[in-house]
Amino acid sequence: MATDTHGAETESAGGMPQLDFSTFDNQIVWLLITLVVIYFVLSRIALPRIGSVLAERAGTITNDISAAEDLKQQAIDAEAAYEKALVDARAEAGRIVGETKASIQADLDKAIAKADAEIAARAAEGEKAIAAIRESANESAGTVAKDIAKDIVSAVAPSKIDAKSITAAVTAKMKG
Amino acid sequence: MATEAHGAEEGGLVFHPMDQFIVKPLFGQGDVGAFTITNVTLWMALTVVAIIALLVFGTSRRAIVPTRSQSIAEMIYGFVYKMVEDVTGKDGVKYFPYIMTLFMFILVSNFLGLIPGAFTTTSHIAVTGVLAMFVFLAVTILGFVINGFGFLGLFWVSSAPLALRPILALIEVISYFVRPVSHSIRLAGNMMAGHAVIKVFAGFAAIAAISPLSIVAITAMYGLEILVSGIQAYVFAILTCVYLKDALHPSH
Repeated sequence: MATDTHGAETESAGGMPQLDFSTFDNQIVWLLITLVVIYFVLSRIALPRIGSVLAERAGTITNDISAAEDLKQQAIDAEAAYEKALVDARAEAGRIVGETKASIQADLDKAIAKADAEIAARAAEGEKAIAAIRESANESAGTVAKDIAKDIVSAVAPSKIDAKSITAAVTAKMKG
Repeated sequence: MATEAHGAEEGGLVFHPMDQFIVKPLFGQGDVGAFTITNVTLWMALTVVAIIALLVFGTSRRAIVPTRSQSIAEMIYGFVYKMVEDVTGKDGVKYFPYIMTLFMFILVSNFLGLIPGAFTTTSHIAVTGVLAMFVFLAVTILGFVINGFGFLGLFWVSSAPLALRPILALIEVISYFVRPVSHSIRLAGNMMAGHAVIKVFAGFAAIAAISPLSIVAITAMYGLEILVSGIQAYVFAILTCVYLKDALHPSH
């Protein structure tokens, strides 16, 4: 390597090109320019942008997780509310059934009582009517019996006709 | 690697593994002045373009669900940010853009240098030396600005026996000043060695009997170099973080 066999060949390295100090200033100048450019591109544009994107993503994920937790809590609450509503509805239904039963029973009792009272009234009326009819029948039967007794007496023994005693006798006979 | 051809023309095995590192003007011949547009300029410009393409255009949609390029940009961001935070602590995070700049420059330069025919800017001691000196000076100045003379406590190992402390202090001072040297030569040496080895294997490909083996060897070395490119960028960045931590918290 060290022996330069090419003579006119200027591109061949006679040793390490890294130690060719004549190119150092050139490399250093371009390196500094490059570093400054990269630094400004990174610090002004790239890094803030990537940082904000990462922060935004982290925020979004956190928000989503908390939103999911909220929704889960809501679902649990809704389930509890549903269960409670169900229990309430059952209790309410039981209460309504009881109330309705009671009111129906009350109505029924009332109606029965009314009907009983009516029946009793009708029966009393009927008995009264029957009593009246029996009374009048007795009376009529008494009258007829007296008349007939008078007629029989007058026909059998016209001399001994005594209306008063005949009536008393008939009445006593009917009562007996 | 474009200069490989003339070795074979000579008939013998002539290797020019170092030719790929020559700094030469892009346009015409002549000397390399401070502001001459050279292949260094070209490949550094391509580095800038690649970084902008990845970190600026790749993230331009600011998507909540990232695209592929945005994922890569976010991954690198997160990787470097976490490294800075883990090594230097919360108060080191404000230096994150500087470390990101160094890391991106070295990473992208290393990978661009792996393109066949490319010029590897980070294989030059002038480049890595400037990077390392930049880190060294920044850390030293920062250390004195933040801690005053308390920064010298870095060299005074208070946990050691009193008699040993001056000796340890001497060793610490020497090791402190060796830092930029090892920092820069590690990177440049790794990049240069890998590329030179690939080039040597490529030279063997001129012999027909060995060429299949040569191709296998080049492929294997290329894979290794991809690994080395990433690792060296990482090593440079994490050492920068470690040095920065010394400046921020000099006590042992």
